[in-house]
Amino acid sequence: MNNLRTTFRKLMLYPSAMVGVLVIIALVVVAIYTMITIPYSEAITLWRGGEEVWYQNPRFAPPAWINLFSSKKYSESFAVNTKDGGITKQVIPGKDGISTVEMTYEFDFNYDYYPQEMLFYFTSSFKEKQPFVSIELLTPDNRTIRIANYAIGNKFTYRFSQDQKLRTKLRAEEAIPALFSLPDSEEPLKGTYKLILTGTTFEPDSNMDVEFVFHGQVYGLAGTDHARRDLTLPLLWGVPVALAFGLMASIGTSVLTMIIAAIGAWYAGWVDELIQRITEINLVLPFLAILIMIGTFYSRSIWVILGATILLSIFTGAIKGYRAVFIQVKESMYIEAAKAYGASSSRIIFLYLIPRMIPLLIPSLVQAVPAFVFLEASLAVIGLGDPVLPTWGKIIQDANSNGALYKGLYYWVLEPAILLMITGLGFAVLGFALDRIFNPRLRDV
Amino acid sequence: MSVTTHTPSEKLAIRRTSANNTFFRVARYVGVRLLTLFITVVIGIYLTIMIANMGGYVDEIIKNQIRDSVTQSVAASPNAQQMDPEVRKKLIADRIALEEKRRGLDTPIAVRNARYLVNALQLDLGRAINLTSDAGSKQVRLIILERLPATLLLMGTSQLFLFFSSVFIALTLSRSYGSFWDKLVIALSPTSAVPPWFYGIFLILIFAAGLRVLPFGGMVDSPPPPNTFDYAVSVLKHLMLPGLSLVLSSFFLSVYNYRTFFLIYSSEDYVEMAKAKGLPTRDVERTYILRPTLPNIITNFSLLIIGLWTGALFTETVFLWPGLGRTLFQAIGLYDVPIIVGSTIIYAYMLALTVFILDFVYALVDPRVKIGE
Repeated sequence: MNNLRTTFRKLMLYPSAMVGVLVIIALVVVAIYTMITIPYSEAITLWRGGEEVWYQNPRFAPPAWINLFSSKKYSESFAVNTKDGGITKQVIPGKDGISTVEMTYEFDFNYDYYPQEMLFYFTSSFKEKQPFVSIELLTPDNRTIRIANYAIGNKFTYRFSQDQKLRTKLRAEEAIPALFSLPDSEEPLKGTYKLILTGTTFEPDSNMDVEFVFHGQVYGLAGTDHARRDLTLPLLWGVPVALAFGLMASIGTSVLTMIIAAIGAWYAGWVDELIQRITEINLVLPFLAILIMIGTFYSRSIWVILGATILLSIFTGAIKGYRAVFIQVKESMYIEAAKAYGASSSRIIFLYLIPRMIPLLIPSLVQAVPAFVFLEASLAVIGLGDPVLPTWGKIIQDANSNGALYKGLYYWVLEPAILLMITGLGFAVLGFALDRIFNPRLRDV
Repeated sequence: MSVTTHTPSEKLAIRRTSANNTFFRVARYVGVRLLTLFITVVIGIYLTIMIANMGGYVDEIIKNQIRDSVTQSVAASPNAQQMDPEVRKKLIADRIALEEKRRGLDTPIAVRNARYLVNALQLDLGRAINLTSDAGSKQVRLIILERLPATLLLMGTSQLFLFFSSVFIALTLSRSYGSFWDKLVIALSPTSAVPPWFYGIFLILIFAAGLRVLPFGGMVDSPPPPNTFDYAVSVLKHLMLPGLSLVLSSFFLSVYNYRTFFLIYSSEDYVEMAKAKGLPTRDVERTYILRPTLPNIITNFSLLIIGLWTGALFTETVFLWPGLGRTLFQAIGLYDVPIIVGSTIIYAYMLALTVFILDFVYALVDPRVKIGE
């Protein structure tokens, strides 16, 4: 305990190490928060969900905060519904069970770029005769544009951009820019727009509801990808995945390496010889190729890859380094004493040999984390990521395969990349400082 | 008390036995070392073959592919449509058997693995299953030889530049210990935790997507420029970003490691002594610091040379560089076992050979090391 405190005090002398510690604490907090607010099963259903989950979001939309840095404003996305009162709905009963449903929605449009798309999702209940609806748009300069009239079934979707009649009526190549600008103008008209939907139901129990979805040019905190998915989900879930993979691989590898090195050094003879030979064989094996083969042929599950990574990383050069130190420690007086009082081999290995090496273990353990975090991302980037988990590497892969850099969708690559970088550097900086504290030979120079 | 004196012939005999001793010692050492290294390579290659076959799982995939393609080709041929179903079935079965025999799938997996192993050890790399070289050959040797120049160009320029620049800069820094540049290198050395392909993405973003001055990937413009000079310029342009990302990702750590290493050696007493004698800095560096660190520098350099032959899998994939690393990745995707084994065996041989030669090089450059003792 005292030891820990002195280590921490020494660590305080390295400002970079403190930054590293803060980064790691922040990551752990975010990881816990993510796992509580978006449980694993929910995250996976969301991540693998298609249009039915993500229909409210635009495609390829950068995060909304880019408006802060841009003089021209991108339109933000939103969705409103009659069911939660977002769209005001008024039912006026008439004669013979025929009633009128007035639905209106006002919104401000103060942007310099047109929205991607606008949609109405109608739902209605009726027995025989379908309800009827007519849609109108009231522009800031008080023009009333009649959009469309439709008889709606139980479910009906109206897409502004795909309405051929509307395009002809507006005499425009595309409907949405024409709706949001003055006639014969290329500039968006800013101001308050009002949507007026007048529905008619023909039966006493007949009812109708509508959801208006506005796909702007930007969305939320992190933007969206090619499948309209909100990127905050994989960005958040990438934190626990990266931490778990990096820490487990690095702890598993270093602890097992150390135990095996200690066993080899203690028993010497053929055990030691065997461990040496396995290490040499392992050096010949192509590490990445084997991991990729396991990913391609066998399983892409993150746990299988983790296991293979640990197995292949145990017998590396590190085992030789540890062995050299263990052979020295083995000759110390206190081991001699332990032998004299009749301590068993396992007692000596686990209680006397290994604890002596923990100062050497900790820095290398922390320094190994970034390599494993990036390994997971690297595998994901070449398409061998876990098929169900949302991770940072998967975002980069999606972005790359959709030509994000080529199309200028930089946010898509930069967000996961920067998070990966922060995580990697956080551990690297801390490990570096720990190395200088625990290995005094380095500290002097 | 008597003084033993040797006649000249006795002296010669003593010298001869000691020479014989040295010879036998070295010969025995070489023999044992070669044998252990060879066994290591054999086991390593066999394991790779086993994994590349996934214990026969890949065979199932290939058999299904054969079944599919034969059935489809028979179904598509107009002759077969008039055939009796029984005859057609037999035709399909025969053609599947023939195709499986051609690929050697009719022999048991253990036999085939052993055959792979023996062929691979003789550097008879065989034929690829799915991949072909750009010239159209299926010979694994030709495919590897075709991709090798690209990998050697990329890895060679970047790694040699990295090696020499970091040793040189490290020497300079170790002279000015504690200066601003020294501290900067220490502060930046954790950046090497980030792999090269990752820097690659940022470089693509800046230079290809943002500034539009360098290409996104590939090795040469398409179509390739006709004259040699333009061709070289185009290759150079394509080389910049992947090369830079490879250098960038290990530069600072490399400099830091060499610098620390030189500093440890330059605090030895004999260096102080040399300085006290008033020797010029160049001589002190060359004879008293570089000389004793030579074994380590040689080790690093030879590992670097081996690394050239494997290429950089991720970096080549991100930059679409047509090198060995990317070929290996493609081969894995196409279950092309011969190519996977082929690239592994070359690496294994190179590594074993280097380890073997290094033992002798150590004995040459470091008088404290004696072979076989």
